[in-house]
Amino acid sequence: MLVYLIRRLFNVAATLLVVSVVTFGIFFAVPKLTGSDPALMYAGRETNPTALAGIRVKMGFDKPISEQYWMFLKGVFAGRDYDAGTEVTHCAAPCFGYSFKSEAPVWETMLDRMPVTLSLALGAAVIWVIAGVATGVVSALKRRTAIDRTVMIGALAGVSLPIFFTGMVAPAIFVYGLGWLDVSNYKPLTEDPLAWLNSLILPWVTLAFLFAATYARITRATMLEVLGEDYIRTARAKGLKEGVVIRKHALRSTLTPVVTMFGLDLGGLLGGAVLTETTFNFQGLGTAAVAAISQGDLPVIMGVTMLAALFVVLANLIVDLLYAVIDPRVRLT
Amino acid sequence: MTDNPSTSGGPVFVPEQAGPGSRVPATSFLSVRDLQVHFPTDDGLVKSVDGLSFDLERGKTLGIVGESGSGKSVTSLAIMGLHRTGQSRSRPHISGEVVLDGEDLVRADADHVRTLRGRKMAMVFQDPLSAMHPYYSVGKQIVEAYRTHNDVDKKTARTRAVEMLDRVGIPEPHRRVDSYPHEFSGGMRQRAMIAMALVNNPELLIADEPTTALDVTVQAQILDLIRDLQKEFGSAVIMITHDLGVVAEMADDILVMYGGRCVERGTAEKVFYEPRHPYTWGLLGSMPRIDRDQTERLIPVKGSPPSLINIPSGCAFNPRCPYADVPKGGITRTQRPELTQDDSRHWSACHMSQEERTRIWTEEIAPKL
Amino acid sequence: MIRRKQALAITAVIAALSLTAACGGDDTKKAGGDKGDKGYSGAATGVVNASDAKGGELKLWSPQDVDFLDPARAYYGFVWNMQRLFIRQLYAYDSKPGAAGTKLVPDLADGEPVLSNDGKTYTVKIKDGVKFEDGTPITSKDFKYGVERVFAQDVLAGGPTYLIDQLDQGQKYQGPYKDTDPDKMGLKSVQTPDDHTVVFNLASANSDFKYLLAMSSSSPVPAGKDTGATYTNKPVSTGPYKVESFASGKGATFVRNENWDPKTDTIRKGLPDKITFTVTTNPDDMDQRLLSGDIDLAVDGTGVQQAAKNKILKDANLKKNADNPFTGYIRYFAFPQTVAPFDNVECRKAVIYAADPKSLQNARGGPTSGDLGANMLPPGVPGADKSYDPWNLTAGKPQEDKAKAALKACGKPDGFETTIAVRNNKAPEVKSAESLQASLAKVGIKATIDQYDGKLSSSTIGSPDNVKKKNYGIIVMGWGADYNSGAGFLQPLVDGSFIAQTGNNNYTMLDDPEVNGLFDKAAAAATPDAAAPFYTDINKKIMEKALYLPINFDKALVYHNPRLTNVYFNDSMGKIDLAVVGVAK
Repeated sequence: MLVYLIRRLFNVAATLLVVSVVTFGIFFAVPKLTGSDPALMYAGRETNPTALAGIRVKMGFDKPISEQYWMFLKGVFAGRDYDAGTEVTHCAAPCFGYSFKSEAPVWETMLDRMPVTLSLALGAAVIWVIAGVATGVVSALKRRTAIDRTVMIGALAGVSLPIFFTGMVAPAIFVYGLGWLDVSNYKPLTEDPLAWLNSLILPWVTLAFLFAATYARITRATMLEVLGEDYIRTARAKGLKEGVVIRKHALRSTLTPVVTMFGLDLGGLLGGAVLTETTFNFQGLGTAAVAAISQGDLPVIMGVTMLAALFVVLANLIVDLLYAVIDPRVRLT
Repeated sequence: MTDNPSTSGGPVFVPEQAGPGSRVPATSFLSVRDLQVHFPTDDGLVKSVDGLSFDLERGKTLGIVGESGSGKSVTSLAIMGLHRTGQSRSRPHISGEVVLDGEDLVRADADHVRTLRGRKMAMVFQDPLSAMHPYYSVGKQIVEAYRTHNDVDKKTARTRAVEMLDRVGIPEPHRRVDSYPHEFSGGMRQRAMIAMALVNNPELLIADEPTTALDVTVQAQILDLIRDLQKEFGSAVIMITHDLGVVAEMADDILVMYGGRCVERGTAEKVFYEPRHPYTWGLLGSMPRIDRDQTERLIPVKGSPPSLINIPSGCAFNPRCPYADVPKGGITRTQRPELTQDDSRHWSACHMSQEERTRIWTEEIAPKL
Repeated sequence: MIRRKQALAITAVIAALSLTAACGGDDTKKAGGDKGDKGYSGAATGVVNASDAKGGELKLWSPQDVDFLDPARAYYGFVWNMQRLFIRQLYAYDSKPGAAGTKLVPDLADGEPVLSNDGKTYTVKIKDGVKFEDGTPITSKDFKYGVERVFAQDVLAGGPTYLIDQLDQGQKYQGPYKDTDPDKMGLKSVQTPDDHTVVFNLASANSDFKYLLAMSSSSPVPAGKDTGATYTNKPVSTGPYKVESFASGKGATFVRNENWDPKTDTIRKGLPDKITFTVTTNPDDMDQRLLSGDIDLAVDGTGVQQAAKNKILKDANLKKNADNPFTGYIRYFAFPQTVAPFDNVECRKAVIYAADPKSLQNARGGPTSGDLGANMLPPGVPGADKSYDPWNLTAGKPQEDKAKAALKACGKPDGFETTIAVRNNKAPEVKSAESLQASLAKVGIKATIDQYDGKLSSSTIGSPDNVKKKNYGIIVMGWGADYNSGAGFLQPLVDGSFIAQTGNNNYTMLDDPEVNGLFDKAAAAATPDAAAPFYTDINKKIMEKALYLPINFDKALVYHNPRLTNVYFNDSMGKIDLAVVGVAK
């Protein structure tokens, strides 16, 4: 188990290293090869050649790409120094550099935006897992009834409707139409829990709707399969109440594929729920990434990409560990 | 419940034609009357069990024998009330009576039947690997069975589980109680399954093909175990199998099923030594016998079991019967042979005359076995 | 050879504008011309809800993030408007509607500058009692330091660099961070004889210099509080508000600056107690909030989205809170003379005549998106004449006969082939290109549309070599002035000394001694008013050369919360002036 964990963590590190090389290559090296100059991106718009030369030296763009990559890696693990003009500033590890655009330290920007994405993703995750699994189970238990059909049509709608559609319709109905919710912007949990909740309900529901639909369909299909298993018959033969049979025996098996999917979905979302964040105007990692890409803000792109990769890789590891917890037949070797 | 003394005479069989009023003798522990289990499907009504009756006393063993699809497993599930669980859409229509210890389980409240399951009646399934939950330890599954019907704490239940594992011959039960089904060998799993079934001292134990998935030596051990336990707990046992050999030494009575109906039943002795139905002859012929060369075996029953959808009238076995052409004194093919009592402890359903059948058995079949 | 390297790509500003620029829109004709609604476009001509009541929170939103709050680095027009809230310069545009708003009045300066040395030396006195947010008096050194920061382009990139060209004069000053002077006062061309006097020595006379002093980049910065690249996160305030918090991509909060003395400030009212700025990623949602009264103003000033536009124009109650002002931008096609056959004026004329102005206007979103273009000097700039229409474009009809005649004169009676270059991220521009393509086809000119990556415009259409290589005969663009003079608008476009190898804005590659000379004469004029006739002339010259096909004088449909007070559009920036807006009645 320990050996397994060490090996997996080593794999995580290796994966991240590869991701960092590829991202660095795409965002730093490729522009250089195609002739556009990262110093120009830093400058934001046309500036004079002397200034560009100064920027190149300051940002290290004049050095070979391998050395620039090494500086990046060193920054992440040991920190690095930048000349901020007034003085040489030390960017402490983990240093992902400073945004070309706002001069804000990338790591701090990500830390600042992470709560938004975390709130959004985790809250929605709770809703979609509960709602998705519950409707999937009900649908499976009421197979071929009106309930089943209604739920599955709803699920189809959820899978088919894009976020930016539901994200437009939902506020139109609940905020401007029925007036059940206030118009609001994201508020930090630590500042005002109620406002936080109010600001998150619609995004949660909208995002959860999309995922819940998929989960309901998977749950239903798996549940139906599991209900046909011999051990379910055994459980019933033991005289267990049907509720216990479903909860303790059928559901646990049903959850296996759900957990796998959940890990990957959540891992992906933690890197930024781009569409939802954009639609609901949440300043999370997703919108940071989009803005950074549209502005050619390389350090931010790099930082968010690495963070997203970290989340996905960690989510994978956790899913695998969880898998072993759920299913004792799985051996971590 | 125990004030219902068991009779000494073993199972009592009552003709299906028993008119209204001829009710179950109060003395039978389990009495099945005209049991019908019909599954409605898109292709038509599947009559998995179509008019089955038998009785079983405490401490006795009934072997139900038949090919797959003959309705024997459906029968056992019907007795357990397991057709009434799960999704309502796939539930079969069940009629007739299943009287256990004076209670008609077909008409009883479903939740009441549930409280009987695992306590008063328990079941051992064919493939213990798929029949035990892969995610729970063997001990947990036994504990769960125990605690469902006994208000005890987990520790007591665990002690009981260890005790049961020990009783069914699992070595090092203290350690193995925490093992998962996949960590057991096939025979051990079946022992564990039996331990789980017997944990509440059930008065009726149904074993559905308990040894099919096991190799021959283990088969014998498991059968010995069931026999020993039956003696010890005094349970009534229904042994369901496709293999007459399995029940040969265990069953007090044997019921042969074909196409959802009973074609022959009687004491084990009668069915083995004076079988009256061509299908039984076939089954006997398919028995592997240690004292015989395998190559000499009869090829028992040609063809495949009948479809249970829209069963044609007449004898269901007719298409496969080697004696279908034997004159039957004016009886048409569309007439169904009813179960008739040959003597006090022997019933069979065949259009051939009893004399003819005795002759065929003694002259043509028995010498070859 | 002044301002050689001033070629400033204001593409970002234009990007901000076009990002949300409405498109489509066909039935807005009636609504646009309807003056019956009381209040509609009222703020474009006068002050709506005049009031001096203080208090409340002004909620500003924008789908476009600010570029920088650092005065040396900000370049977006709306950020300059926001900076009116918290930083002051020596001179500033007056907070008055109409032409008065395009005039500069003393802000931190005590009176007009004194010119000497043939207009090359500007001596400015600083008002008494003006302070930074920490209570320190603002001195001449702070102005000098603020100007010096602009020179540190390696650290403080982003802002306009006009000052460098005006003030460097061969010193090659590298900015205060590399200044060897212990007090960081090494820039020779700016002198501080005493704390109340700052002297600027120009290379040559420049009647527009006051405009440069009014730009954010000329704001005073206290050297002791300068944090270099990170100064943008907390610039020191001199106005009625100070930055309480700022997060790039999210927004900012401004609170009262207790050390602002209203007696020293004739421009700002400082009415709201608090001002919040929020960046949104969803412009439609922003419009919805705006119409529901939840927020006060879309501060980017580019106007509402198509959905809200339709809603507003159909509903008299909403419409009375909306305005349709000029934004100060011109949308146009330019014809590089380096690409054949556009070296021939007749072929350029052929394109101008063949174009369908009405169809081009519709491509940009109909009449509310702007008035039909006629020439290359936008209304509001001194010397502009909106009615000057040498190619009869405001008639709104293609002139195919004239186009064919021009083709014949060009020696291409059967037409020719060329390429239209258009940014792929600006839908109205793409539609404009398609409209022109269709019109040109009718006279036999076969135009191919090349959509390039809009983010890279400075190295695609901004590179003369690339333009030639790609055979870009027609370029779609938009342009707004950095400062409100003919030079501020036209010089980067048509002054030959502004041609640059990248980031070029003189797409037509015009290097005409006569035009260049007119700019010099205008610069030498004593006042902006005196310079105006020269710009009128330049405009005529370039129009006669048929170098540009103007599409429209850009307008935006801007909605404001009716609770706002002192609402008016400042003509110098085409935006609601934040200096005076209040929220309390």
